[in-house]
Amino acid sequence: MDFALALGDDALIAAQRLAEWTTRAPEMEEDVALANIALDQLGAARLLLSYAGELEGAGRDEDTLAYLRDDREFRNCLLVELPNGDFAVTMAKLLVLAAYQVPLYTALAACPDERLAAIGAKARKESAYHLDHAALWVKRLGDGTEESYRRMQAGIDQIWPYADELFAAWPDAPVDPATLRSEFDDTVTAVLAEATLTVPEVAWTPAGGRDGVHTEHLSYLLAEMQVLHRAHPGVRW
Amino acid sequence: MSRARAAVAAVVDPEIRVVTIDDLGILRSVLEDPATGRVVVTITPTYTGCPAMDVIRADIRRALAAAGHPDAEVRTVHSPAWSTDWISDAGRAKLAAAGIAPPAPVRRDGVVPLTLTVRCPHCGSPETEQLSRFGSTACKALWRCRSCSEPFDQVKAL
Repeated sequence: MDFALALGDDALIAAQRLAEWTTRAPEMEEDVALANIALDQLGAARLLLSYAGELEGAGRDEDTLAYLRDDREFRNCLLVELPNGDFAVTMAKLLVLAAYQVPLYTALAACPDERLAAIGAKARKESAYHLDHAALWVKRLGDGTEESYRRMQAGIDQIWPYADELFAAWPDAPVDPATLRSEFDDTVTAVLAEATLTVPEVAWTPAGGRDGVHTEHLSYLLAEMQVLHRAHPGVRW
Repeated sequence: MSRARAAVAAVVDPEIRVVTIDDLGILRSVLEDPATGRVVVTITPTYTGCPAMDVIRADIRRALAAAGHPDAEVRTVHSPAWSTDWISDAGRAKLAAAGIAPPAPVRRDGVVPLTLTVRCPHCGSPETEQLSRFGSTACKALWRCRSCSEPFDQVKAL
């Protein structure tokens, strides 16, 4: 259950953050793009959280897991809960997330757990499109004007330390994330090189999300995401 | 084709109403128990977050009830994952006739679809450009024709 929950929480919190861009993106097309990517993440989150609930066997469904847990019970990585920042920070986050989710879902598609394999096979195609999208923007901004370069590099610098947590060893998981690191590095390094950006030196590597120890940002995100459900338990459209 | 199968196959996609769920490859199977008349329908989503799935399930049950099969179950599967290659030739023709460019075939050696020239569904010109990689629904991108200047949707190859 823990692994499905962690992946489901990654996708759920990423979806919620991306959805915050709706009506605020720098251009109409990007508004639609970020909402679409959020919807894909939400779709994966629903499948993963439903499965996590079934594995737990305590009768918790996707909604119970999404709306009625407190921050310490969430298992998402810190990366996805970080505030959106400017557009460059959001693209840096999306690049790191997608470059992690593509090899993760691809490996999951070949794992012995049939449910996780089906979700992986489905979600990897969507993540590949997200990766493409983020890479295009990172290259455009990095290899753009002096100002766009400055902000894209600042975005990468800000996000980079949080990538480490994604690949912490998890030997008994259906896919050990540690085995995905080299593919991730190859993908991201190539994008950054083409974008004329520098891979940052990492001095500290914050972690704790997988153990429920989060940044203060998650509580605010959850407050907004859960308020309706908590104020009106069991409410339906 | 059984009456149940025909009823389900005629259900239209709620977001692209010119094509049926059968045309799109969303409909995977319709199994009828001859003794009880109970029908089990299996469908698969185009995208994991496709918000049309709830409506499609309800429409299938309604169509089956109208065809004399009130006892129906709709199952959703995710494997094998849907591909635009499952859109039938009839479906592609209907999409084009409605001004929506059908998807190019998916390259099989990788997960990232290859982008080929997309022909304008209005005038047939290959002189087109992509305006946005994402469109009005999860499965579409937005394009524009440089010959006739009309914008159009394209079903993204997946």
